[in-house]
Amino acid sequence: MSLLSKKNMGFIKDPLMDNNPIATQVLGICSALAVTVQLQTAIVMSIAVILVLAFSNVLISLVRNKVPSNIRIIVELAIIATLVILVDQVLKAFLYDISKQLSVFVGLIITNCIVLGRAEAFALQNKPWPSFLDGIGNGLGYSMILITVAFGREILGSGTLFGFQLIPDAAYAAGYQNMGLMVLAPGAFILLGLIIWVQRTITGITE
Amino acid sequence: MASKPRITKAYTLGFAAAVTMVCSVLLASAATLLKERQDQNIQLDIKYNILSVLGLVDNRDMEADKLLSLYDENVKTFVVDLKGKEVEGRIAEDIDPKKDPDLLPVYTRQDKGKIVAYCLPTQGKALWSTVKGYIALESDLNTVKGITFYSHAETPGLGGEIDKEWFTSSFKGKTILNSQGEIVSVEVVKGKIRDGAKGIEHKVDGISGATLTGNGLNEFIKATLEKYEPYFNITRGGSS
Repeated sequence: MSLLSKKNMGFIKDPLMDNNPIATQVLGICSALAVTVQLQTAIVMSIAVILVLAFSNVLISLVRNKVPSNIRIIVELAIIATLVILVDQVLKAFLYDISKQLSVFVGLIITNCIVLGRAEAFALQNKPWPSFLDGIGNGLGYSMILITVAFGREILGSGTLFGFQLIPDAAYAAGYQNMGLMVLAPGAFILLGLIIWVQRTITGITE
Repeated sequence: MASKPRITKAYTLGFAAAVTMVCSVLLASAATLLKERQDQNIQLDIKYNILSVLGLVDNRDMEADKLLSLYDENVKTFVVDLKGKEVEGRIAEDIDPKKDPDLLPVYTRQDKGKIVAYCLPTQGKALWSTVKGYIALESDLNTVKGITFYSHAETPGLGGEIDKEWFTSSFKGKTILNSQGEIVSVEVVKGKIRDGAKGIEHKVDGISGATLTGNGLNEFIKATLEKYEPYFNITRGGSS
């Protein structure tokens, strides 16, 4: 079986649309609300989650036949927590300002249900390579939603993208105002709701 | 499929110990390797905060070297004791308020050899965490020039808003002395200040949902100002 066979690519593609962790499974909402005021923080958060998900899946898959099942969750959490703290330390050393803006939310990746969910649902039953792809796929699925929400919130809420002003001063002079709601958590809820609506209309998922 | 190992209590314990060992070695080495860089970032951030309350910089995009040279050129520091006398031989940046509660660092902004603003470190307990920040006063030692909080772990979106511009900028121009010249500090009220309320020059709007964080700030900012008051008194007396 080749490394990028159709089946393996499915592990990446499936969580992007049909089985999106945020839109379909409605996991990881807390951080999706918190770090999406600006694109920059959303992207750094996305990268952090992708890395943690991919490597926690690989590591857990590697030890899946050795873990005593009665302490399985503790071991999974220890692995996830270690990876998250590593990411947090690296951010503090190399991207200090962004790590300050992300504040506790990097640490909270530990409790992001997507990570533990994939470990339990996938990595424990599958070999390392498919687990890695599954981690990347779910991470990308999460990032896609995060970045879409952040895009909408930053342009509507602050009139900027990546901190650069996009709405011309003339528009403000003519009475255009930034939408304060978008800077606050309810703005994220509304955008997220709209995204889930669109996503479910396309995929035809009903509950 | 590899056969599952026979699970005994000893195996479980051993496995848990091994996982713990590997994780802790990894984390400890990462922390040690990255510590120097992280400390540099923290020091730079502190200097940035001092410069910003003193009104010397207004955006974060400045390069590290420029920031440091700006700091070296414009900021002069010294240490005073609780009686307001200058202490020789101590460096303001090295004072740890835990180890030296009786020594008070003062950061001053210099302009043509004169002090145009004072910046004091202030810290204390808010709701969840120790909040650290700086408060800057104009040369009259009464008007607040600025305030900044650079380290805290208050609830994001509620108490965490204390480090946001909209909150800190409301301190600007407030005064810390009443008409008798006594310290009343600046108070974060619960909710918004009512129109026509008394003592509006000593009050700023609170953050809804973060009254306890606000109360914490009130307490430790006042405590800080009271500690420095002997020094202020001497300085005010000298300048009039």
